[in-house]
Amino acid sequence: MELFIQQIVAGVATGAIYACVALAVVMIYQAIHHLNFAQGEMAMFSTYIAWQMLQWGLPYWVVFPLVILVSFVGGFAIERIVFKPIENAPVLSHIVIFIALFAIFNSFAGFIWDFTIKAVPSPFGDGPLWEGAMIGKHQAGMIGVTLIVLLLLWGFFTFTRVGLAMRAAAVNPESARLVGIRVSMMTALGWGMASAIGAVAGMLIAPVVFLEPNMMLSILLYGFAGAVLGGLTSPLGAVIGGFIVGVVENLAGTYIPVIGGELKLPIALFLIVAVLLVKPAGLLGRRVVQRV
Amino acid sequence: MLNRRTLLGAGAAALAAAGIPAAALAADDVIKVGNTMAYSGPASAYGQIGSTIGAYIEMVNAQGGVNGRKIEWISYDDGYSPPKTVEQIRRLVEQDEVDLLHATLGTPTNTAIHKYVNAKKVPHLFVATGASKWNDPENFPWTSGWQPNYPTEGAIYAQWILANIENPKIAVLYQNDDYGKDYLTGLKRGLAGREDVIVAEAPYEVAQPTVDSEVINLKASGANVFFIVATPKFAAQAIKKSAEIGWEAERFLNNVSISVGSVLQPAGLEASKGLISAGYLMEVDDPQWADHEEVAEWRRFMNEWYPAGDQTSSFTVYGYASAYTLVETLKRCGDDFSRENIVRQAASLKGLRAPLLLPGITINTSATDHAPIEAMQLMRFNGESWERFGEVVHAESS
Repeated sequence: MELFIQQIVAGVATGAIYACVALAVVMIYQAIHHLNFAQGEMAMFSTYIAWQMLQWGLPYWVVFPLVILVSFVGGFAIERIVFKPIENAPVLSHIVIFIALFAIFNSFAGFIWDFTIKAVPSPFGDGPLWEGAMIGKHQAGMIGVTLIVLLLLWGFFTFTRVGLAMRAAAVNPESARLVGIRVSMMTALGWGMASAIGAVAGMLIAPVVFLEPNMMLSILLYGFAGAVLGGLTSPLGAVIGGFIVGVVENLAGTYIPVIGGELKLPIALFLIVAVLLVKPAGLLGRRVVQRV
Repeated sequence: MLNRRTLLGAGAAALAAAGIPAAALAADDVIKVGNTMAYSGPASAYGQIGSTIGAYIEMVNAQGGVNGRKIEWISYDDGYSPPKTVEQIRRLVEQDEVDLLHATLGTPTNTAIHKYVNAKKVPHLFVATGASKWNDPENFPWTSGWQPNYPTEGAIYAQWILANIENPKIAVLYQNDDYGKDYLTGLKRGLAGREDVIVAEAPYEVAQPTVDSEVINLKASGANVFFIVATPKFAAQAIKKSAEIGWEAERFLNNVSISVGSVLQPAGLEASKGLISAGYLMEVDDPQWADHEEVAEWRRFMNEWYPAGDQTSSFTVYGYASAYTLVETLKRCGDDFSRENIVRQAASLKGLRAPLLLPGITINTSATDHAPIEAMQLMRFNGESWERFGEVVHAESS
């Protein structure tokens, strides 16, 4: 029984990692209706910037907002510089650029900071939450921050004009433009926000998995799985999806002998396929209907 | 009229005329040593091994070379990518016509060229990897390992566990590939009939984000010995997690991940306290070696011939001892630098002391044993550095 509970708790903790990334995935999907393959590498790069600032001796709670801001500006700039000019190009051109960005960020991080692992401190401290607790301070903090980000996003999309405009621009760019929304600016804003959320995810993940250029490689895969499972249009769904992936992965690895260590990774992919077959919009997602 | 074809033809003819004697001449007074190394990419930290060997050879040449001949060190970058290794080794063998290969780096990369170099009968000596398959003289007579291989290390831990831990119950976390399974094989061999003391085995894949879940499962098995067979990132995670969940087991860490700076510090020095591992090279930072003659000699070499090299890195130590082994082997070839003789000499080293090996460890090879170093000494991490304890443990097969 103890093992079962411990695996669930550990699953929720890793699930929080996936949930964070899934949120960034949903954010970018809301803005451009594509999955950005470079999302994870951008988050990794932001985390390196945070690590570098901490190395320089800046206090954590100065670094945290600063890196989010830098990442926001960075994401915004990438959209303006790289994607604006090919706005009307076919999807494949976009995908090629995603992959290019992926390789560029990965190699540059290795070039600047080398490939050895770095320890990123946790703002919540080390050790268990309380004496004998099964969950660590950092894991608990991570879950908390994920929920806060979720709440902020929900508020943003539901109650603010910009959020509403962004949704409109994503769902129906033509009509949005006609009612005076600057659609292309909304897209850039979406990139900035996705990049900022990615930075939060990276800074929370790094204390657990250690920072290195390939840190986000498999995490992004699980994040995608979480986002698809919960619904690519729903931030809440993405978070729930992330937690489910984390817990299912641990329980399956522990209790289904066939799966063991070897088949743990494909579980994420299996979930993606299963969801797409049974409920393409995800658990909480809206079905996107396009009038043609 | 001169057209392109005649020009090309003339060029080829000139090459054919000049090329053959030139190559034969080169073979007479230069020994060409080929190598592939990761100078770029994720494993580029290893590149220092190649640079150290190159600097060492430069020094030997400046001192008059080996038996009157100069050594030419041709080292290419393969970025730790097997297809590139194959390409570069072909270039070394077929275009540069090297006499032998030395210290080619990496298990997957050497695996990719293993058959090729043996088919071509090129000495493939002292490879820089700890897999056990390099010691297979029956099927691969041209290949030889150098450092203690993974099964040897696993067996050394097993012997110590049986002798020192009452009622041992071992849990093993291992990387699910050749390297991880090699350790497991060695551990079982060392347990010699007591394999039942292994109560849990958990493989992990390199693509996994964390090994937390595996560590929890291993603790639940009730084991009192935790053997971590993992590369730096996962080793750090396992060390951290096992301390975090308060698992009071005797923890063993494979030699692959003993770097204080890049594994134990990230994992937390407090969490790493008490770890046991095994070594075979001197930790040059360790104050106990500060006055050692070989360390002083190494420092002189580094300052003069490789000033850019990192004197705190174990890779420059490794490269130095590896280069010494190469040069010593070549010295023993006398005047016969045929490939057959080079391999014969490499397989008849007896009690050779390479500098910077721990005291008591020597290099021994024979026609049936291509594993030069097969002894290690256990050490325990005290929160700051590794402290050696006990005698040098020999697992020599020759």
